[in-house]
Amino acid sequence: MMTNTGNRLTQGQFAFLPDLTDAQITAQIEYALKHNWAVGVEYTDDPHPRNTYWEMFGNPMFDLTDAAGILAEIQSCRKTFPNHYVRVTAFDSTRGWETPRMSFIVNRPTKEPGFGLARQESDGRSLRYRISSYATDRPEGERY
Amino acid sequence: MSTPLYSIPGSTPAASAAEPAPTTCATSGARTVGEVLAQSQVDAVIEELDHDLVGLAPVKTRIRDIAALLVIDKLRTNLGLQAQAPSLHMSFTGNPGTGKTTVALRMAQILFRLGYVRKGHLVAVTRDDLVGQYIGHTAPKTKEVLKRAMGGVLFIDEAYYLYRPENERDYGQEAIEILLQVMENQRDDLVVILAGYKERMDTFFRSNPGMSSRIAHHLEFPDYSAAELLAIGERLLKQQNYRFAPGAREAFAEYLERRLHQPHFANARSVRNALDRARLRQASRLFADRNRPFTAEDLSSINDADIRASRVFQGGPVTSSP
Repeated sequence: MMTNTGNRLTQGQFAFLPDLTDAQITAQIEYALKHNWAVGVEYTDDPHPRNTYWEMFGNPMFDLTDAAGILAEIQSCRKTFPNHYVRVTAFDSTRGWETPRMSFIVNRPTKEPGFGLARQESDGRSLRYRISSYATDRPEGERY
Repeated sequence: MSTPLYSIPGSTPAASAAEPAPTTCATSGARTVGEVLAQSQVDAVIEELDHDLVGLAPVKTRIRDIAALLVIDKLRTNLGLQAQAPSLHMSFTGNPGTGKTTVALRMAQILFRLGYVRKGHLVAVTRDDLVGQYIGHTAPKTKEVLKRAMGGVLFIDEAYYLYRPENERDYGQEAIEILLQVMENQRDDLVVILAGYKERMDTFFRSNPGMSSRIAHHLEFPDYSAAELLAIGERLLKQQNYRFAPGAREAFAEYLERRLHQPHFANARSVRNALDRARLRQASRLFADRNRPFTAEDLSSINDADIRASRVFQGGPVTSSP
C-alpha cells in the first residue's frame, strides 16, 4: 500500500511523486495543449479535498500553442503566492466531456501540517467523522 | 518537508531535469552544412521562397544570410562551441502590397525548420489587439497576445500606430514597454516582426530607440517593377485556374503601365484587385450568352476586352505605350 508520509497533500495527478521540475511541467502542459485543452492556473490555501473550486490566477488560457506562456504565468503565481497551493488544470471543452482532464499541483507551502480527524457521536451508536486541515484553524491568508 | 520521505523507483527528479528536452529538428551530430540542411529541409523552404515570390531580391538575400547563420550556429553547437542565440527580431518596411505578411509567414516556417522557434505559427496582430481602452487594460491584453505567440512568430502590422506622440497618455507606450521586456528576456521563446510603411516606421524607431536597438534585422521591401507585377498577375491567375487569352497579356501589361502612375497604387494588392475585377467582367460577358455551351477554355480565359474595359483605360492612350 502506498503510504503518504510527511503529510503531503495528495490531490490530482503526480501527487505521490516528488515535485515536478519546470521541464516536467512544461512537458505536461505540452500534452494538454496538444489536445486543445484550455489550461488554467489556480491557487488556494484551503486544501480540504471537498474544496473543489480554487481561485483562478489570471484568465483561463485559450488558443495557446506553446507552454512557455503558461510556465511564465505559473512562475508569476508562485511569486505572488509562495506559500499557497498552486495547481494547473487543463479543461476539455469537447461536447460530452466538458470537464477538467488534467490537474496537478505545481507549488505547495513549505510546511504542510496535514489533516486532523474529528469524531462526533450522534444518534444511537453511530459516529460522524470530519476532517479539517490544521492550517485552516487560522484565518485566510495566514495559514501557511 | 516538500520532498517526500519515501524513495521513487527509477530515476531521481534531478536526473530527469538534466535530460535535454527534445528539439523540433533533430540536427544533433551533423558535421556539414549539407547534413544540417538535409535534416531541417530549410533548402526546400528557401527554394519555395525563390520560386513562389517574384522579385524582392534584397529580402531573399537577407533571409538566406539569416538561414546560413542559423545553420552554422547548429554546427557550432554540435561541436560544443556555445554561442548566444542570435537576436532574430525583425522589422519589415515597405509600401503596401510588397509582400510583408507573405514573407513573415515564410519566415516563421524557416525559423521552425531550423529549430529556432518551437512551433512555427504566426500570430498577426495590430494596435487594437495589444493596446487596451482604459488604465490597466493594456498589460493583460498585451501579455495575452504574447502568450499566444510563444513558440512562434509575433507579427505586428502597422507597428507605428503603437506610438502616438500627440497623446502623451496613450496606452501604446505601455504595450511597447512590455514588448521590449519580452523581446529581451524571452528571445528563444518568440520572434517579433514589426511591419509598416517606411517613413512612419523610421519615425517610430527614432522616437523609440530601445525598440530600434533590439531589432537586429531591418528588411526593406522594394516596390515591384512593371515586369514583376505582370509575373505576379500571371501567377495569381494560374492559382485560380484562369489564364490570359491571346492579347490579354499585352493589355494587362499596358494596364499596369498606366496604373503604376496613378495614385494609391498598392503593388501586388492592386494587381489582385484588378484581376478580380477582370474576372467579374469575364463572368458578366459569359452570362450574357444564355444559350451557348461553354468549354473549360471559355470559362478559364480572361479576354483582352475584360481588361480594356477598366476605368484606367478611359483617360486616353498613354504616350509611352503603343
